[in-house]
Amino acid sequence: MHAVYALPRLSLRFIPVWRRNFLVWTKLAAPSVLFNLADPTIYMLGLGYGLGAFLPEVGGVPYIAFLAAGTICFSTMNTATFEALYSAFSRMHVQRTWDAIINAPLALDDVVLAELVWAASKSVLSGLAILVVVYALGVVTSPLALATLLVVPLIGLCFGALGLAISALAPSYDFFSYYFTLVITPMAMLCGVFFPLEQLPQPLRIVAEILPLSHAVALVRPLTFGALPQEVLLHVAVLLAYGVAGFYAATVLFRRRLAS
Amino acid sequence: MELTPPGPPVQEGQDAVLRARGLRKRYGDLEVVAGVSFAIARGECFGLLGPNGAGKTTTLRLCLGLIAPDGGEIELLGEPVPPRARVARRAVGVVPQMDNLDPDFTVAENLLVYGRYFGLEDATIRTRLPELLDFAGLAGRASSRIQTLSGGMRRRLLLARALVNDPELVFMDEPTTGLDPQARHVIWDRLKQLLARGKTILLTTHFMEEAERLCDRIAIMDRGRFIAEGTPRELIARHVEPHVVEVHGDGLGEWSAVEGARLAARIERSGETAFSYAADAAPLVASLDRAAGLRYLHRPASLEDVFLKLTGRELRD
Repeated sequence: MHAVYALPRLSLRFIPVWRRNFLVWTKLAAPSVLFNLADPTIYMLGLGYGLGAFLPEVGGVPYIAFLAAGTICFSTMNTATFEALYSAFSRMHVQRTWDAIINAPLALDDVVLAELVWAASKSVLSGLAILVVVYALGVVTSPLALATLLVVPLIGLCFGALGLAISALAPSYDFFSYYFTLVITPMAMLCGVFFPLEQLPQPLRIVAEILPLSHAVALVRPLTFGALPQEVLLHVAVLLAYGVAGFYAATVLFRRRLAS
Repeated sequence: MELTPPGPPVQEGQDAVLRARGLRKRYGDLEVVAGVSFAIARGECFGLLGPNGAGKTTTLRLCLGLIAPDGGEIELLGEPVPPRARVARRAVGVVPQMDNLDPDFTVAENLLVYGRYFGLEDATIRTRLPELLDFAGLAGRASSRIQTLSGGMRRRLLLARALVNDPELVFMDEPTTGLDPQARHVIWDRLKQLLARGKTILLTTHFMEEAERLCDRIAIMDRGRFIAEGTPRELIARHVEPHVVEVHGDGLGEWSAVEGARLAARIERSGETAFSYAADAAPLVASLDRAAGLRYLHRPASLEDVFLKLTGRELRD
């Protein structure tokens, strides 16, 4: 029984599994990039220029500039979450790809790690795409914004890990609606993506401070303004803690699920 | 009926590619594998027969180290399982019961990607591709998408995929279930080729014909236990009479009760058919020739008779 609860064994054996997912992606890359890019860009432009026209300044900058950081974080979170939920679940449960892989000299831990790194990789691409758009539009100008690319993988790992834990629990795709309704949507609304956290009443603000996306935004937003973020260690530690806890839970839950 | 010659029985201490002792696995209140011991010698084809739910697939998963046993010991290619299962699987191929080919890939990509899981270089896999495709009867289909393949082709590709690492031992979980007779014969032919090359095969099946044709040794499994083990010939000789007369038609009940009971060593009734087992079928046949309205089929006893005698005729769902 204790073997189920052992710490995840990390090994470079995850690479061939990551490459498998990458090869699938190269076949579907065009529509995939479009989805990752179009959706958040439309949100950002619509809200930024449309709603932004009514607002003087938010957080001391034009609203669209304020939104840029939120959109990067939101989009990274979403991409990692979708990959860890629908795509990973499909590979595990529907296509039985994982069953095939663990008949080879790979362990389930290798597969879970590969899925995590893959979800994070895809989400980095998402964050990068938004960054290119905001640079191209001149919404963001500071070279310091490039440092966002150091934060984005951490956001991807964090939400990829949480998503995998949910996948491990899911009996079917329908289950994911709970996670979106109860976790992802509140996070998008409360964590400073669309407006500053300071606007929230105290109780909601406390909730927001606990959620990982607030800490992602707190790291990325100053960078897009060309400033260094405050309390970097705290924010990084919260994202890491969620990621590590999620990854451990996912590994244990997948071990239990696939060994029955 | 032609039977496969008996394979070498494994002696204690002899080079066994797979050895299991006292294997147990419980799910909730149900002991799915309830004390199973066996050894498979190099080059042998060992068949695990049993009704649905007998514990065959669980036994395979235990031997591969995918699940941990509640009791017993397993040694796969000299490595203790589960602790060293991952290492042992380097020289093992697996043909799963359920098709889990990668639907997004072509035939060749499926083999390439799977080979990488064994740590093989792309170049190494590519040099093996033509032979694997040829073996699977898929030469010229390297770039075909999986969706365009027939059921038989997909199963052959699964077999080729299991050989990408040139394994010593191949596990096959019901390799021909759901295939038409043509496709099944092709798979059987390929498995014989593998045996001729010295590979060892462990297969599960509920096709008796498959077991009789391919297996050197067979274990019949039911409710988590081995209830009989031996070569197909041995099992038939040990458990059933050599002749079977299947009788059906009008007046079956009366004939069975009187003539059948007198002339057959044993009669089993299943629906509208009476299976009459005898050391000498001549008196039965003579009696049936006189009985108007009854029809019969006289045939030698087969593994299926052994199987049904030992596991019963009721449905297992």
